[in-house]
Amino acid sequence: MEKTLIELQALTKTYGRGDAAFQALKGVDLTIHKGEFVAVMGPSGSGKSTLMNLLGCLDTPTTGSYMFEGIAVETLNKDQRSLLRRHALGFIFQGFNLLARTSALENVELPLLYRGYTRSQRHEMAREALRSVGLGNKERNTPAELSGGQQQRVAIARAIVTHPGTLFADEPTGNLDSKTTLEIMELLCRLNDERNITVLMVTHEDEVAHYAKRIVHVRDGLIGSDVINEDRALRNTPAATH
Amino acid sequence: MFWNALIIALREIRRNLLRAFLTVIGVVIGVAAVITMVTLGNGATEAMKEGISKLGNNLLTVRPGQGWGPSASPLFSRTDVEMIRQQVPGIKHITPLSNTTVQAIYQEQARQTDVQGVYPEYFPISNWKISSGRFFDISELNTGEPVAVIGETIKKELFMGEDPIGKRIRLLNTAVTVIGVTEVKGLAGWGDDLDDNIIIPITTLQSRLNGQMFKQNVNQIMISTIDGYPTDGVMTDIAALMRERRNLARTVQDNFSVTDSRQVAEVMSSSIKIMTSLLGAVAGASLLVGGIGIMNIMLVSVTERTREIGIRMSIGARAREVMAQFLVEAVTLSCVGGLAGIGLAYVACYFLAPMSGAPFHFDPKINIIAFVFSAVIGIVFGFMPASRAAKLDPIEALRHE
Repeated sequence: MEKTLIELQALTKTYGRGDAAFQALKGVDLTIHKGEFVAVMGPSGSGKSTLMNLLGCLDTPTTGSYMFEGIAVETLNKDQRSLLRRHALGFIFQGFNLLARTSALENVELPLLYRGYTRSQRHEMAREALRSVGLGNKERNTPAELSGGQQQRVAIARAIVTHPGTLFADEPTGNLDSKTTLEIMELLCRLNDERNITVLMVTHEDEVAHYAKRIVHVRDGLIGSDVINEDRALRNTPAATH
Repeated sequence: MFWNALIIALREIRRNLLRAFLTVIGVVIGVAAVITMVTLGNGATEAMKEGISKLGNNLLTVRPGQGWGPSASPLFSRTDVEMIRQQVPGIKHITPLSNTTVQAIYQEQARQTDVQGVYPEYFPISNWKISSGRFFDISELNTGEPVAVIGETIKKELFMGEDPIGKRIRLLNTAVTVIGVTEVKGLAGWGDDLDDNIIIPITTLQSRLNGQMFKQNVNQIMISTIDGYPTDGVMTDIAALMRERRNLARTVQDNFSVTDSRQVAEVMSSSIKIMTSLLGAVAGASLLVGGIGIMNIMLVSVTERTREIGIRMSIGARAREVMAQFLVEAVTLSCVGGLAGIGLAYVACYFLAPMSGAPFHFDPKINIIAFVFSAVIGIVFGFMPASRAAKLDPIEALRHE
């Protein structure tokens, strides 16, 4: 087994105060190891988005502890969490979240701008990332000139350009058709397998979840089930078909 | 971090050039207005000073009555002039000036002009230079010769390019011979044509033009003082002497006035300076409004770009980096606006300066001040939008539609 990447203990998150308070997470314990591909599933309102925001260091828990690579995330301030995201995490969103009117290359370069690379280093790394998602010939195109699948691949290139150890994907195929979904999922599997990037993915589609090696169900702010997806986990190769 | 913020800000500006243009237009106009107002004002001050110095340096003028307008106070006589010359120390040159407006005629051409009867000392006092011919001298003054020195305008209007030297002009029923033409002085600061005059010996004016009727007809006395001699003392001495000569009782006000051209110049240029500052302040207010325009659009753009800010934060931008991006963007825009404003002001001054009659002096100081001010405006008015952007919560910002 690979070493522990994430360890949650009795994690809770409460929004609001007093009568209006709403407990979105009611004490979650979860351990994720390096190199895993975890799908987080659950109906809306189950707390899965809250859980992902906490895992992605975008938010802080109300109580409980969150260790990320030995760092107690709940003790970090806003800037320290920003730096943690910058250096260790990559994000992929349902709505792609690319900058409009900006070329694919510049979109992919964006995280590098905050890491102090020179212009030529940025270009080289961004081109490399675009090639690795199969868009080496689209670096000048703006999001409006790309299909949904291509946009999501640009977003993936942006997420992996800094070589993060962990990738957070929030409904990465939610806006895509089934054929494109297949492409994107295979790309994520390949990153997981070939680069040993840990992938944490939120989805509500069983078909998408089946690409993951491990499926966690969240229900009413608690972990409902946590199962190994044997099809994927044992073969350790991308699912050719579903 | 600053360098990165600059790259990011420049990319954002390039991404939406129309928005950038709308943001800076207020600053462009504000900076241009400030610079144009101050430049034209300074030009007017210069023009005024130059105009005064054309009339002569260290120049004291004794006029009848108080103030500038016409008055019923008695005029002066040539005896007054001689008494002042003899009794007041510090005087370099002194001349009576008796002037009258008459029709000057040469062959078919005629022109109403100012005829000045003076001593030869008038030429150095009033800074006249000769361009052709000569001035008249003391012997011609003593004998009251019918000779005249004319200004360039008279030469042009009456002689139409002919050489006027030796020609005779009719003034009323007297003919005078032109012996010299003065160098061009141009316009005075207040727009009078200083070259539209005929200068003749005062004796000629008094005996031939006005007849013997007005023995006392010296309209004013002009005096230049010795360089470095305090003019205040000279002025007091002249006043005391004139009071004595006129037997004015202690309680009676002076019925004449002594003015120093330099004081006049100072008063005039200081009033123009006040006008310039006022206009500059009004223009400054428009620059301020331009700054508020920047803040306005930046605030809107922070709202509009909430999602972008969320993306940046999720990939690891710290609050201070988001802040720096927006601040640098505001400052860059206002600096670009400042530069464009300087350019616009240059064009405006180039075309407006001749219209206002003021020389075109492009003062680097006011340009630098206006530019720095526009940069400061970028910082001040960019701060609020920038800190608002920096305070956004990444999750909320990402969810923003």
